[in-house]
Amino acid sequence: MTKYILRRLLTSIPTLILISMAVFAIVALAPGDPLSGLATNPDVPASVRLTILHQMGLDQPLPIRYLKWAESWLLGNWGYSFGSHMAVTRLLLQRLPTDLWVLGSSYLVAVLIAIPIGVISAVRQYSLQDQVATTFAFIGYSLPTFFTGILMIIVFSVKLHWLPFIYNVTVHDPIGVLKQAIMPVAVLALFQSASLTRFVRSSMLDNVALDYVRTARAKGLAQGRVIRRHVLRNSLIPVVTLIALQLPGVFTGAVVTEQIFRVPGIGSLLIASLQNSDTPVLMAIAFVAAILVVLFNLVADVIYGTLDPRIRYG
Amino acid sequence: MASTRSNGVARIGALAAPAALERPRYARTLWGDAWRRFRHHRLAMAGAATFLLLTFGCIVGPFVYRMPINAIDFGHSMSPPSAAHPFGTNDLGQDMLARVLYGGRISIAVGFAAMLTSITLGVLVGAVAGFFGGHVDNLLMRITDMFLSFPGLVLLLLIVYLFHDPITRYLGTQVGTFVLIVSVIGILNWMPTARLVRAGFLAVKEKEFVEAARSLGVGPIGQMARHILPNVLSPVIVAGTLSVAAAILLESTLSFLGYGFPPDVPTWGRLLFDAQNYLDLAPHMALFPGIMICLAILSINYVGDGLRDALDPTRVF
Amino acid sequence: MQGDDVRTMLKDLRNHRLTRRQAAARMGELGLSLVTAWALIDRVTAGPARAAAAVGRGTQGTLKLLYWQAPTILNPHLANGTKDFHAAHVTLESLLHADTAGNLTPVLAAEVPSIANGGVAKDGRSVTYKLKPGVKWADGRPFTSDDVVFTYHYISNKATGATTYGNYDDIVKVEPIDATTVKITFKNPTPFWYRAFVGENGMIVPRHALDPYVGSNSRNAPFNLKAFGTGPYMVDSFRPGDLVTYKINPYYRDPNKPAFSQVQMKGGGDAVSAARAVFETGEYDYAWNLQVEWPVLSHMMGSGRGVLQPEPGGGVECLYLNETDPNKDVDGQRSSLKTKHPFLSDLKVRQALALAVDRQTMATQLYGEAGDPTANLLTTPSKYYSKNTKMAMDLDKANSLLDEAGWKRGPDGVREKNGVKLDVKYVTSVNSLRQKEQQIVKDGWEKLGGRVTLQSVDAGVYFSSSPGNTDTITHFYRDVEMFTDSFDLSPVSYMEQWYSADPAKDIAQKENNWSGQNLVRWQNAEYNKLFDEGVKELDPQKNTQIWIQANDVAVTQVAGIPLINRKSVNARVKNLQTGPNMSAFDDATWNMADWKRVG
Repeated sequence: MTKYILRRLLTSIPTLILISMAVFAIVALAPGDPLSGLATNPDVPASVRLTILHQMGLDQPLPIRYLKWAESWLLGNWGYSFGSHMAVTRLLLQRLPTDLWVLGSSYLVAVLIAIPIGVISAVRQYSLQDQVATTFAFIGYSLPTFFTGILMIIVFSVKLHWLPFIYNVTVHDPIGVLKQAIMPVAVLALFQSASLTRFVRSSMLDNVALDYVRTARAKGLAQGRVIRRHVLRNSLIPVVTLIALQLPGVFTGAVVTEQIFRVPGIGSLLIASLQNSDTPVLMAIAFVAAILVVLFNLVADVIYGTLDPRIRYG
Repeated sequence: MASTRSNGVARIGALAAPAALERPRYARTLWGDAWRRFRHHRLAMAGAATFLLLTFGCIVGPFVYRMPINAIDFGHSMSPPSAAHPFGTNDLGQDMLARVLYGGRISIAVGFAAMLTSITLGVLVGAVAGFFGGHVDNLLMRITDMFLSFPGLVLLLLIVYLFHDPITRYLGTQVGTFVLIVSVIGILNWMPTARLVRAGFLAVKEKEFVEAARSLGVGPIGQMARHILPNVLSPVIVAGTLSVAAAILLESTLSFLGYGFPPDVPTWGRLLFDAQNYLDLAPHMALFPGIMICLAILSINYVGDGLRDALDPTRVF
Repeated sequence: MQGDDVRTMLKDLRNHRLTRRQAAARMGELGLSLVTAWALIDRVTAGPARAAAAVGRGTQGTLKLLYWQAPTILNPHLANGTKDFHAAHVTLESLLHADTAGNLTPVLAAEVPSIANGGVAKDGRSVTYKLKPGVKWADGRPFTSDDVVFTYHYISNKATGATTYGNYDDIVKVEPIDATTVKITFKNPTPFWYRAFVGENGMIVPRHALDPYVGSNSRNAPFNLKAFGTGPYMVDSFRPGDLVTYKINPYYRDPNKPAFSQVQMKGGGDAVSAARAVFETGEYDYAWNLQVEWPVLSHMMGSGRGVLQPEPGGGVECLYLNETDPNKDVDGQRSSLKTKHPFLSDLKVRQALALAVDRQTMATQLYGEAGDPTANLLTTPSKYYSKNTKMAMDLDKANSLLDEAGWKRGPDGVREKNGVKLDVKYVTSVNSLRQKEQQIVKDGWEKLGGRVTLQSVDAGVYFSSSPGNTDTITHFYRDVEMFTDSFDLSPVSYMEQWYSADPAKDIAQKENNWSGQNLVRWQNAEYNKLFDEGVKELDPQKNTQIWIQANDVAVTQVAGIPLINRKSVNARVKNLQTGPNMSAFDDATWNMADWKRVG
């Protein structure tokens, strides 16, 4: 097992290097310019603009810039934002807690909704409950999050004045914190639970048809017990794996939702950095996201192996 | 030698043909079974009907309903649905029905084109990897893994945002944006298909009937295309159906973030984006494109669901 | 009599028969200074009970400002955009404040220098400032002329990369006379001595915080993220791209100010929802720069919770017509000076295009209170606004101009002459308002028999300085561009857009890496002569007349088609009093010490 993990980690290193090169090339070769905002400013002559470019190291050839970036990345220096000149690590750490709280809880809510609904609609396949759940799930991911988000703002903030729609990190009292999180969490949870529900349902259905279930029934076990003790347990293995695979998404944030509710998370940082061509921040976000994806892929495989005795690591 | 033999087979097939005409009406083929099962899936049938209707409406609609999509009329700005404008007008007084119909063409086209791109790529990579195995398989699967490790949305935004202008410069705004969005969605989504196809190939290529084809002298391409592929196609079809919906949704999200089509190309996503500021003033501006997106995705998902059940060969009705 | 007038006016105002701005304008006519007028108006609209109520320091809780662009750096001289200036101006102050008309009022200076009080030298070569005595930085250290001198050295060192540099490049030296007197000497006699140390670009920074960070390491100073100054508040915490919180500067010079114990500046999102947060939900007290389509904004204002603050000087939304051929490649560049535009170089065509633009519709439908139609290129400071130009939409006249010039309608309805079609490629940045403006312009030009292709380029690319990208405004590889250039206290840099005394330097082209300010490649000797005079003329009245003439020449020759004199529009909730905080040349936060809640 340890050997397997080590081997997987080692083989992912070249993958990560390739990814970093690809991302760096995309970011660096793209048009756009961190100083574009200054171009029409008559107070900034060309010489000053060049000075600023030099301070940012943007006047050097591409391979050099990549090597420099890679070297300092390994040393733990992820560079400084072009806009604020704040260390990128600090910038990310400022935003991570908000994401963990908002996106984390939305994911939790989604899981808590999805499992029972998925189980029920699988056990009573083609029943009314199943049809309703299926329709709910499909509507959940047919509605773009920006649409549900703005709709909720109009109803709950503008018309009813129940909830604030601008996320403010300086709010600390528990009720205030809860109130401002309700809408973003609800929007995200609706979207995420939709696909999870479907996944739980089909995973359950795969298992219901298997021989061991028939055996359990033949032994005379009650339906509820068969479902709970046997089918559910086995069906949740791929579900847990899927959850592990989706977790890195919590880090990259929910770009649209963060934009609508002004949640200061990594997603909104990503958009802002895109607009300002803030290369160091973009690189950091994209690369950390890649590392997390690779890592959680491994985690998913390990979980799968641990939970499912049929899998052996060679 | 090999060619005579296959000619022989062809001849036998030709001789058998008249007999086939007289086969019983309910002869059971794989696809026939699937169609029969699909027909019994009521929601899937409703979905298919809805989606066909939508597509048909968007293709034919603009020829029948000849309202221009870009005519500005501030005198009728944001007017609610009426006889003159069945879906109302937007803030510039442009007819919403005309825009929704025209936009539907593009949104649906984006969905299909992106699906075709990702499926083609996925089938190619998966088939080659699964059929040839060995080093080829290894290399291709490493590339697949690499693409799977890309942080999808981040990269999608990056590429679309950063390369939007150079590409539109060479191909024009509409075509350029279309090509960019379709290819990026396609390139970032072929991997699951590749894996599915590869797994199918690994399982099927050692089966007797492939063996038989091989010994009859059918070349690798013939084996892959004629004999193996049809047997691994069902999960691909399901995945493809669902990816049409995903692409339509992704296009609307990109448009919402301002990285999609330009304003004079009213895709459904773009229409929603333009309507968001008027939600309380003129809700119909958001309502109709919103309903269209919802209907399209909903119906495609039902079709996919039905196909999944129908194409499952282990199921018997 | 005059007192009576003011009183009736205030009564009208109270009964909502006059808008605040109308009242202010009329009081201005009566000779009241604008600041006094505003104070009067504020007292009246605030209601009698609270007019005299003095609020103590820090008694009014938290003030919440909403900026849909988030501040990323708090040092104004390294600012990346307007939002950074506004964020900095809560803590830092300039020597003088300038209002939209160009009038000056003292902030850190004790008085406004003038020829009469001996502050401004008669030869136009120097200016001497007296500073307010006893002012302290937020860490208790005294503010002296030394800090002013340092601020100059900090900005003028090219390695610092100060984005305010251009306002200081005509200064030779800045020297302290004594602790509260400072003298500025200019390279050449200049009528525009007030460009430095005034308004948005003139904030004085503390020497003791930035001394080690002059030059190439300027961007590493901790001060940039935790600024403090002589102003009413100082930075408490800063999350770039999201939120700045400020606390009271304990050493602020007026013991009764500021009124709020904390200020929050939240950033990000979009302008519409920012307006919503003030007008509809009341989550925020103040919102900046509401570039929102007028119907939406006016609908939101219906709630009655907030008040709009429109202020002219947001620049002129303008159509720029290319004088050179954007489709011909000469020496590796298009729009080369060696070419002539196939139809835009014809004055009659330009005049016809100008006559076919429906500015009025654009203003009423799209801008509302956020902009007025204008026929002038130079509108701000408002003393330069020309009254000699006429604004007209006249399709008949435009059509006959084109007929006269030999442009005949072809079978497809598109006009042509000698095989050249009136085929216009018209580009602007991606922005829903701009795209609607494009539609209106296109509508008019197509009625004229032109064929118009609309294009929009992402703002990050369009306004970028990258010489390699051909989609920028400076390359101008299209026929018509549309954007707004911002105004300065002196008209020089704005009017440089049409100046061409030395085409190799002034006109954007490959040879100067497209750094020339003249993008339309328009050349006119009369204009150049007026421009040269305007830079030198020391007599304020004569100087103003020269610039008005320069504007008139550019307008009659259609060097550009001015569309809308834009206003910057902020919004406040009703019970927030902000005084005369709006100005084209200063940040809305410049007088934050006076902001308070009433009622």
